[in-house]
Amino acid sequence: MTHTEVTEKLSDVLATEFEVDRSAITPDAPLMQTLDLDSLDLVDVVVIVEQNFGITIRQEDFVGRNTFADFSDLIYSKINESK
Amino acid sequence: MARVVITGIGIYSCIGIGVDEVDTSLRNGRSGIGLLPERTAMGYRSPLCALVPRPDATRWLDRKQRAHTSEQGLYAYISALEALGMAGVDNAMKERDEVGIIFGNDSSIGATVTAIDTMRAKHNTTLLGSGSVFRTLNSTVTLNLGPMLGLRGISLSVGGACTSGSHAIGLGYALIRSGMHNCILCGGAQEVNDFSVIGFDGLGVFSMRTDDPQSACRPFDADRDGLVPGGGAASLVLESLDSARARGARILAEVVGYGCSSAGSMAAPSTDGPQRAIAHALADAHLPADAIDYINAHATSTPAGDTAEAQVIARMFGHRPWVSSTKSMTGHEMWMAGASEAVYSVLMMQGGYVAPNINFGRPDEASAQIRIASQTVETQVDTVLSNSFGFGGTNSALIIKKFTK
Repeated sequence: MTHTEVTEKLSDVLATEFEVDRSAITPDAPLMQTLDLDSLDLVDVVVIVEQNFGITIRQEDFVGRNTFADFSDLIYSKINESK
Repeated sequence: MARVVITGIGIYSCIGIGVDEVDTSLRNGRSGIGLLPERTAMGYRSPLCALVPRPDATRWLDRKQRAHTSEQGLYAYISALEALGMAGVDNAMKERDEVGIIFGNDSSIGATVTAIDTMRAKHNTTLLGSGSVFRTLNSTVTLNLGPMLGLRGISLSVGGACTSGSHAIGLGYALIRSGMHNCILCGGAQEVNDFSVIGFDGLGVFSMRTDDPQSACRPFDADRDGLVPGGGAASLVLESLDSARARGARILAEVVGYGCSSAGSMAAPSTDGPQRAIAHALADAHLPADAIDYINAHATSTPAGDTAEAQVIARMFGHRPWVSSTKSMTGHEMWMAGASEAVYSVLMMQGGYVAPNINFGRPDEASAQIRIASQTVETQVDTVLSNSFGFGGTNSALIIKKFTK
């Protein structure tokens, strides 16, 4: 899966699961505010990533990942680590 | 002591969604019972079950609410919206009066099974999701509905087996009467997923009359062979009379008596415990036994339980008041039953009828001693006794009266 494919799939999944307009998810958009996430919701992001990408991230991994681009980078690197 | 009135009711059940549909079903003796063949495949002895429709959660809840709300929590929410809407409890009142919530709920097995299955498959607690705690706690109904409805008073779940819903009303009544609260949303909720009653099935307490599901639940009938599980949720808005009058609310009925007891036995029915609970309720209401027009019986259609209740009713009330078990139509709504049967009783009081104890064809020695309504009876119903009894010997009796100034 290329980085672009990861970004596209991640954006689609998050838009659907968190019921936001797909167009609101842009590389520079802030993850927490755009998806209206609180600390409980981050647990659900971990679940959604595991279900859709087969990788397990930790809540600590969100530290410093402020934008969708940051988050996409995290998922892409985790996918490659798991290979 | 404040007088305590009912200003709103709501119901989500196998005989209807909302009070209008349920009122029609009660009057017409419509059964909500059927078969769930998948239960036989799971290993159940009996596939008989009340058929409770599953609501589309996306119609009622946003994503966060759906993540946290259990199956029975959604039933409760739908019934609560109806009751609060009927009562006219708006945001200003919730803010001003610190409206509370007390609900009977004694399990959340479906959510717990899901969590355990996930844990065993994933070996990672985070993958249980954010809602697992809020769906699996026994307080799943009140902890979710409090924030969702903007309630600011007491938030308490009652676990009293099959008396849970009745005790929730009784405790709400006691708090309002004492002056500690002005208004409390009371009710009961019962999950109906396929894991919810596996232990009960294992005890052999369910009817095996699968050839004609709608005749399977036959409280007080000589040929009864067990209960049929049901569920959903029921809500009642209890309020002080002063509060209801001050805001011009329509008063549906008055709660005038509550009695409780336990009998010190696990599953064997007693006559002593129920009789004491009923006597306490009558004393609390300052009413003689002959003031009761109608008894909404606990009778679940088990051989021993119905006999004990019929003996108590005969001993205390004779053959005078009408008696019916609405479980003949709904099955045993368990944690919800005390609350739903209070709603059914209010509907009968308003409509001027006694709902039938369907499938009552042949009395046995005990049930021949009481006046069972096997058909709908058109009659004025001013004062109702609603009985609830449960495992562990817990008993609750409520007396609800038509409101008079």
